Amino acid sequence: MNTHSEWAVEANGLVKTFGSNRAVDGVDLRVATGTVYGVLGPNGAGKTTTISMLATLLRPDAGSARIFGHDVQREAQVVRQLIGVTGQYASVDEGLSATENLVLFSRLLGLGRREARIKAQDLLEEFGLTEAASRPLKNFSGGMRRRLDLAASLISQPPLIFLDEPTTGLDPRTRAQMWETIRRLVAGGSTVLLTTQYLDEADQLADRIAVIDRGRVVAEGTGDELKAQVGSSSLELRLGDPLLADRALNIAERVLGVAGTRSAEAARITVPLSDPERVTDLLIELRGDDIRLEEFSVHKPSLDDVFLSITGKPTEDTAEDAADSTTSTREGAHA
Amino acid sequence: MSTTTAPQKRARTSAGTTIVPAHERALKNRVSLTETVRHSLTMAYRGLLKIRRTPEQLFDVTLQPIIFTVMFTYIFGGAISGDVASYLPVIIPGILVQTVITTSIVTGTQLREDMDKGVFDRFRSLPIARIAPLSGALLADTIRYAIATTLTFVMGFIMGYRPHGGIWAVIGAALLVIVCAWAISWIFAFFGVIARSASSVQGISMIILFPLTFLSNAFVPVDTMPSWLQWFVNINPVSHLVTSVRDVLNTGAFTSEAFLPLIGAAVIVAIFAPLTVRAYMRRA
Repeated sequence: MNTHSEWAVEANGLVKTFGSNRAVDGVDLRVATGTVYGVLGPNGAGKTTTISMLATLLRPDAGSARIFGHDVQREAQVVRQLIGVTGQYASVDEGLSATENLVLFSRLLGLGRREARIKAQDLLEEFGLTEAASRPLKNFSGGMRRRLDLAASLISQPPLIFLDEPTTGLDPRTRAQMWETIRRLVAGGSTVLLTTQYLDEADQLADRIAVIDRGRVVAEGTGDELKAQVGSSSLELRLGDPLLADRALNIAERVLGVAGTRSAEAARITVPLSDPERVTDLLIELRGDDIRLEEFSVHKPSLDDVFLSITGKPTEDTAEDAADSTTSTREGAHA
Repeated sequence: MSTTTAPQKRARTSAGTTIVPAHERALKNRVSLTETVRHSLTMAYRGLLKIRRTPEQLFDVTLQPIIFTVMFTYIFGGAISGDVASYLPVIIPGILVQTVITTSIVTGTQLREDMDKGVFDRFRSLPIARIAPLSGALLADTIRYAIATTLTFVMGFIMGYRPHGGIWAVIGAALLVIVCAWAISWIFAFFGVIARSASSVQGISMIILFPLTFLSNAFVPVDTMPSWLQWFVNINPVSHLVTSVRDVLNTGAFTSEAFLPLIGAAVIVAIFAPLTVRAYMRRA
């Protein structure tokens, strides 16, 4: 028995280097027991590597992590008894049927032959896979595979569940089902740490969110806290001539008093908007400067804006890097 | 360990029910020996399930004994022993050893393929003995050796081979070959763990195995070879295994020569099991 820890996950300065690439570069995380925590970031931000270290699959090069107070390196076997891991690519045996998979994992977790069968049947029923139970996995759709994967993670009813991009590649309906399942898990007392590229997913599910980019946590807080960083609404302008983007940004900053951001293809600029009244002034100014608009719209704040304003700014980084992260953000927003 | 993580007998749904908080669970950081054995057996059971699901992976252990035994016997029989009947006591033990040992390569290639799959991540995240996926795979493969052995004997029997040693000699020789193939599979398992791809495992293994099985007394009497080759053939461990199997089958006697391969097998395991396990643990 160990001391009762209120933190399900405590990570301090986690680092993982692959060759010259610092995939994870000093990540700190605190996940409270019984909550959903979202790790949000574009492809290659270090989300999967972070989860792998927390789930004892990878050894950190530096830093430490504790799961319910148990060190992931010194007490790896204890940690494994407390977690369920659902990978980005379904971690089930392609060579076996759904039932055989669940029976195999149940047996490995110490269930008897009969118990394992019952357990498998229960889980298949719960995840709507009963009809496909004995079919080979190669004929499974992405959503079925993901459900089976999650079912396999729940056999031991672990208090902490890692979900690595649980809905990537799923159609909207299957995605909604997955969200429902995740909410049910938390209602039962589980702690969930999920990674996602989808900003609305983190917004919908997570109590707290860490925005991660290039191996670092660049922002952390509740969805509302993060939104507060970008103002109440935002104005999006699509310019007729992308070359005028810089001038348009200057005018916007002068009129609205805040700096805007520019999208990858440069024709689109986004500016935080605290007072809708001022839009008229801005539009008149733009007309006066001969900057033609293709389209304009006012957005309620979304995490997209947060993400763009935190990671998309072409600050000291190369323009190419900045373009990459804005592109991913937009992909996330579309899906 | 596993019994603590085993779901407490609760309501039928698992996602909806309350789960036991971390601090109320009895946890331990060690996996006992009995658990290790049990996990290995479960992993071996997985290997058997896979064979049942994809029977085509048994092609090599079914077709090779049938084709090779018939082919070599009728091609070489007349030239080497005068006629097929008198060649059978020479060739059956030889082809048995060659077939079963070649089969053990698959252990390495399958292990490599397996370790690249997503399911391996799950195995590594479970509170099971780290060694279980490896030991389970090696254990399940003995089934393949048994199939290859049986089929070779059946083919020999059909062609008219009646070992003097009788049924017990056949069983003894079969066990000898299976144990030695299992020991040798550790070598290929090692390659499987350290290699980058399954095809490179196959490549390395064939380069090693081809000379070892053919530059032996498996098919041809040693005294027909040039003396420099005889030197190699006589120190080749495969030759010793073939000789032992022949002695057992054709005389029914377990001579001291018969135990030599077992010592060799023990040496191989003593060297390659720790090497493989260490390399494997570093990855697992």
